[in-house]
Amino acid sequence: MKFMPVSTTTEVNSMKIAVLSGKGGTGKTLVSVNLASAAKASIYIDCDVEEPNGHLFFKPSNIKEEIVAVKIPFADKALCTGCRKCVDFCRFNALAYAGGQLKVFENICHSCGGCVLVCPENALTEKERTVGIIQKGESGNVSLYSGFLNPGEPSGVPIIKKMIHDNNLKRASLTFIDCPPGSACIVMESIKDADYCVLVAEPTIFGAHNLNMVYELVKLFGKPFGVILNKCLDGENPSQKFCEEQDIEIIGRIYYDNELGTLNSNAKIAVRESEKYKTMFASLLQSVMREARHGTTVNPKR
Amino acid sequence: MKIALPVNEKNMESTVCISFGRTPYFLIYDTKTKAAEYIDNSAAASQGGAGIKASQMIVDHKADAVMTPRCGENAAEVLQAAHIKIYKTNGDSIRDNIDAFETGKLPLLDEIHAGFHNHGGQ
Amino acid sequence: MVQLLILSGKGGTGKTTVAGAFIELSAAKAYGDCDVDAPNLHLIMPQQTDAVKSDFYGLPKAGIDTGLCVRCDFCRQSCRFDAIDNDNDYTVNPFACEGCGVCEYVCPAGAITMNPAVSGELILYTNNSVFSTAHLKMGSGNSGKLVSEVKKQMLSAAANAEFAVVDGSPGIGCPVIASISGADMVLIVAEPSVSGISDVKRIVETSKSFGVQLALCINKYDINMTNTQSIEAYCIKAGIDFVGKIPFDPQAVEAVNSGKNITDFDCLAGRAVREVYSRTVQLLMAGEKGVKYAHKGIG
Repeated sequence: MKFMPVSTTTEVNSMKIAVLSGKGGTGKTLVSVNLASAAKASIYIDCDVEEPNGHLFFKPSNIKEEIVAVKIPFADKALCTGCRKCVDFCRFNALAYAGGQLKVFENICHSCGGCVLVCPENALTEKERTVGIIQKGESGNVSLYSGFLNPGEPSGVPIIKKMIHDNNLKRASLTFIDCPPGSACIVMESIKDADYCVLVAEPTIFGAHNLNMVYELVKLFGKPFGVILNKCLDGENPSQKFCEEQDIEIIGRIYYDNELGTLNSNAKIAVRESEKYKTMFASLLQSVMREARHGTTVNPKR
Repeated sequence: MKIALPVNEKNMESTVCISFGRTPYFLIYDTKTKAAEYIDNSAAASQGGAGIKASQMIVDHKADAVMTPRCGENAAEVLQAAHIKIYKTNGDSIRDNIDAFETGKLPLLDEIHAGFHNHGGQ
Repeated sequence: MVQLLILSGKGGTGKTTVAGAFIELSAAKAYGDCDVDAPNLHLIMPQQTDAVKSDFYGLPKAGIDTGLCVRCDFCRQSCRFDAIDNDNDYTVNPFACEGCGVCEYVCPAGAITMNPAVSGELILYTNNSVFSTAHLKMGSGNSGKLVSEVKKQMLSAAANAEFAVVDGSPGIGCPVIASISGADMVLIVAEPSVSGISDVKRIVETSKSFGVQLALCINKYDINMTNTQSIEAYCIKAGIDFVGKIPFDPQAVEAVNSGKNITDFDCLAGRAVREVYSRTVQLLMAGEKGVKYAHKGIG
């Protein structure tokens, strides 16, 4: 008798799970790197393009690099009449007309393309300016994407956009997105397409304060989410208290552990170093997946 | 010759403003006619590129020279493209600085600082 | 005014804790929190008075009048920031909108206007000392401008202060770059992890391009002695003044959790940070600007 099983796991296996924290140093990378490693096969995307760390743990091989560029206008001197319509249009003040020529300030330009549109002489065209690179690589069961913003460049958004929308990601695959700290535009860009958000919190008042921020953020985006408490010690945990007060699901706890801390500070992936941590993170992964599945099928608004 | 200075108030007895791009006003002083014109600095409210916008205004007002305590790289680029010389003010009195300029005592500004969004100071 | 900025590159290294300690030890009359995305300094610097808050306007955001909209789709096609949704009516996503004005320009029906948008809040406390901080609304860009406003607010409210301590933000982007401007020295707080070391190098590169004096200390140094040694060696190689190391101290965590400063009572971290402080101040005073202020007895 032929039996065609209905696959109930494709949905889960193509989920995009964002790991964020609001505050730096709480364990976003520890959690995302180890969850990705504990899964059978996964994709890990490092969206902390200002200070990327994931690749230090995975030490990927087979690295392919891709340049990320933004479009910057430049004027054809033969066609430019100095009418200044572009200078007047630019809300970022990235253009000036002096000494008989148009000056473009590349690191202020937001690449909106407006000046090109307003030029009555068609004197403006766009060229590409590199803002960073993306490295794609492999590390065992994990495929990585790491974004590197060039120091001095103000915004990593174009790099994150490219990584998350890369064609290869359209393949159904469990994806972990390691987000930047804070809640500004780069964080928003990182979680925009996430199916579920894991908020990592540390047991300090700074941690609780910043947990509050990303809590507001994920609520605003209507993303289902849960919290992992990291570096748990004896004594009061302001972040746990916050979760209890706000009725937020605590998916799991990672206790402060010298061994884990040392492994982490040496950029070792705990899951790959010992059975103990492999079991721990596998169990955490199960909890995350269970919550994620539940969260995306039920109304996510809490 | 017309010189431009960033100033805190529309008044010759007032003081030179420490910021070029975000000064509230510019004084355009004509050394020949001794006429003083004040312009509002619309660049002060800008999100970014304030120095660029301010210097564009100075270029458009056809100043020959600028006197300022500090000048960013981007603003300097615009002024220099228009062959406008940049002098470094000494102290914050408008009158004293104009006098110093007229008697050739003001030095050229040679420390151009990096802009907020710039990756280089060179 | 001599301005000391505390940065780290990586988050969670202890910038704010060190900044708080420095403010106490120097009795600084002016201090600021430039981590406008996630300000934390106020949590350990209790204030006696209420804050004066003012709206911070970022770039205007586009708004579409659906009554005038003819659904031609030009706006959505021209928007480089994917900020226009056409699920039902055409609407602008205020988090993605960068205020460039292109949609307003291309709209044939005059249905789009650029409207002022509050993107954050400037906060100022004035009592014995001036504390300038701000909070950027979620998802806003323009953090650089708000950072500049925090510094400007601090400078104008504390014009006579001789020494200011500024708590910076993590990363190397716009807000960090804006906070470096005007600083006389940057003190980098590093943590002895591979990630921390990598991040230090990036923040050093960013800082060096601004020609500002650099110093470095290591926090929680005893969690990894090998890495601590690597960082010390790196400082020598890169010509960065190494001003000391602070041990990991559970008492410090406790202090911070009760909103206290690590210098408020005797603990290992407190003692170590005093050493770091005095070495940093020595360097500052030896620097060009510092000589002017040395006689005024800072530190």
